Amino acid sequence: MSNTNKPRRTAQETQAIVSASLRRRYWAERRFRAYGLAAIVAALTFLVYLFFVIFSNGMGAFRQSELELAIYYDPAVVDPAGTRHVDDLRSADYQALIRASLKKKFPEVEGRAATRELSRLVSGSAAFELQREVVDDPKLIGTTRAEWLLASDAVDLLQKGHIQRSLPEAERPLSDNQLRWIDQLSREGSLALRFNHTFLSRGDSREPENAGIWGAVVGSFYTLLLTLLLSFPIGVAAAVYLEEFARRNRWTDLIEVNINNLAAVPSIVFGLLGLAVFIGFFGLPRSAPLVGAMVLTLLTLPTIIIASRAALKAVPPSIREAALGMGASKIQMVTHHVIPLALPGMLTGTIIGMARALGESAPLLMIGMVAFIVDIPKGVTDAATVLPVQVFLWSDSPERGFVEKTSGAIIVLLVFLVVMNTTAVILRKKFERRW
Amino acid sequence: MDAVTVERAGINQKPSGRVAEEAGAVELPAETGRTVGTITVEDPIFRCRDVDVYYGEKHAIRKVGIDIGKNSVLAMIGPSGCGKSTFLRCLNRMNDTIPNARVVGSIMLDGRDIHDKKQDVVQLRARVGMVFQKPNPFPKSIYENVAYGPRIHGLAGDRVELDEIVHNSLQRAGLWEEVKDRLQHPGTSLSGGQQQRLCIARTIAVNPEVILMDEPCSALDPIATARIEDLMEELRQSYAIVIVTHSMQQAARVSQRTAYFHLGDLIEVGETDRIFTNPRHRLTEDYITGRFG
Repeated sequence: MSNTNKPRRTAQETQAIVSASLRRRYWAERRFRAYGLAAIVAALTFLVYLFFVIFSNGMGAFRQSELELAIYYDPAVVDPAGTRHVDDLRSADYQALIRASLKKKFPEVEGRAATRELSRLVSGSAAFELQREVVDDPKLIGTTRAEWLLASDAVDLLQKGHIQRSLPEAERPLSDNQLRWIDQLSREGSLALRFNHTFLSRGDSREPENAGIWGAVVGSFYTLLLTLLLSFPIGVAAAVYLEEFARRNRWTDLIEVNINNLAAVPSIVFGLLGLAVFIGFFGLPRSAPLVGAMVLTLLTLPTIIIASRAALKAVPPSIREAALGMGASKIQMVTHHVIPLALPGMLTGTIIGMARALGESAPLLMIGMVAFIVDIPKGVTDAATVLPVQVFLWSDSPERGFVEKTSGAIIVLLVFLVVMNTTAVILRKKFERRW
Repeated sequence: MDAVTVERAGINQKPSGRVAEEAGAVELPAETGRTVGTITVEDPIFRCRDVDVYYGEKHAIRKVGIDIGKNSVLAMIGPSGCGKSTFLRCLNRMNDTIPNARVVGSIMLDGRDIHDKKQDVVQLRARVGMVFQKPNPFPKSIYENVAYGPRIHGLAGDRVELDEIVHNSLQRAGLWEEVKDRLQHPGTSLSGGQQQRLCIARTIAVNPEVILMDEPCSALDPIATARIEDLMEELRQSYAIVIVTHSMQQAARVSQRTAYFHLGDLIEVGETDRIFTNPRHRLTEDYITGRFG
């Protein structure tokens, strides 16, 4: 006995071995810290670069070149019959008002070709702008007012430095004459970059200067709101049933495995399913936020169910026992104690699911939300598109003006995401009990 | 006999594995289910006979038979894993919540089998309250903790009555003076001993007939323990109390009757004074003299 109990080494020997290994151990720790730091720096660099590119490209989209012109609302042009009737006001030739104003500003311009060149400085949509103002307020007729009108996209590109003046005339979208007029307007302060209301208040357009993001924002809002309304209750109810009420047997195991599998299914498959079932079989409208939301619900449900089950599992058993020991029935235990404690975790899962849903485009392409839609959707069954699909559409457009619109749309998408996540985090904090 | 011993050594785990071997050497009850001492009392509230509990394949307690008297404290002692908590949890059917747990035998509460189909488990738990080892107040205010039971059972007609129940329960649990100014504070902000008294107040707010306590003082310091023990003495006037404890001193202080469990068998039952001064079974004697456990 005493032989085996005798230490193999003296205390000094042991200490010597320990100190010898110390340097190696500390070195390993330092090395690991350096790896971690390098990883974080690399990740941050990519992120900063990404944001820099997006913001430097996209901020231009929030400013737009506009021309200031003194418009005389000539009664002879606007309302030749003098009825002041809305239909008459609508059908008037407002382009003529702009032509007349330009003519007055540049009296030296003569001839058909030059006049057309001159009027190309103004966007084609400016006439509609005037039409709307007159219809809104017929009293304008007969007066002269200075109006800021949308410049054409070529003028806008020049103002933002995307067109090189040094190129030969034939290779740039603006002629020498047009450049001269633009310079003159700039000198007079009648041509300026102003805040782009159009971008934030209109739907899509084929003309870059008229294209707006609002249609996609509203589409995304409807789609996500419906997704939330559908997926949160269904997901939470499924999780509560599986976790608290279902018996553990082969069927629940099978369901669990399949929920986990569904979370990994590529999203485009859900799009095809939605196309076949919701549109093909049930005959729901195409391109509608309703169908988009149903598809995205299928997509987010597994995430919400898995996160909610994990949150329910994390509720301490002592709380369940306390409730049952008081004589609470199972449903009282679940609704009074377990769900309130699991709610923050459930909300976290929902945030992750909704963030994924916001960024999805592939399944929505399948159900027709990729269509060119000019109108702002007024309900969940109206044709609509969503932000990521709008980004996809614009990035595909050939016009130079859409480049900055694409980045602008990404900025709006990011802002949407941040607002949504902040709301969710605030909600979660509210429900979280830190006692 | 050998087969039984081997089986028990297998059932029993870790620290008491050594004990099991030693126990195999000493005498066991002549036959399984035969308990030394008097298991009956006059006019019992609980009458349990031949109670077996299985956790899946594991036979946790065997043929336990014991009466639980009104207005008295029954202490259940024994080494870890001996089945005393398992038996306690049979009395309000908390074992129902454990998957694979199976309870056999008859447990009569006031002459009615608690496993009877007509016996509602919610009602049973309102009659047989439970205080757990670790204080487990709900993450709600002190008031809400006590008011929860009366609220779900509909015991209070209006707010005034509910206030009164909360007041009385906290008073009887000896907590009123300490918390009367902060009823809206969270229950978890109290100290461990206060939390356990809050749990007792919560239990008596439902006005049960029996209170089960599963090592209620094991997480508390001696001062908090002394308060709970005093409280038990008072509560005994109105309720039957069954307490599981690891402390033999506590059993001796608070109980009138003591039951000694060993590896799933109820070895000996008797008056507490008699058990601690004159144990009849060898295993009981070994345990209370500190030879193992």
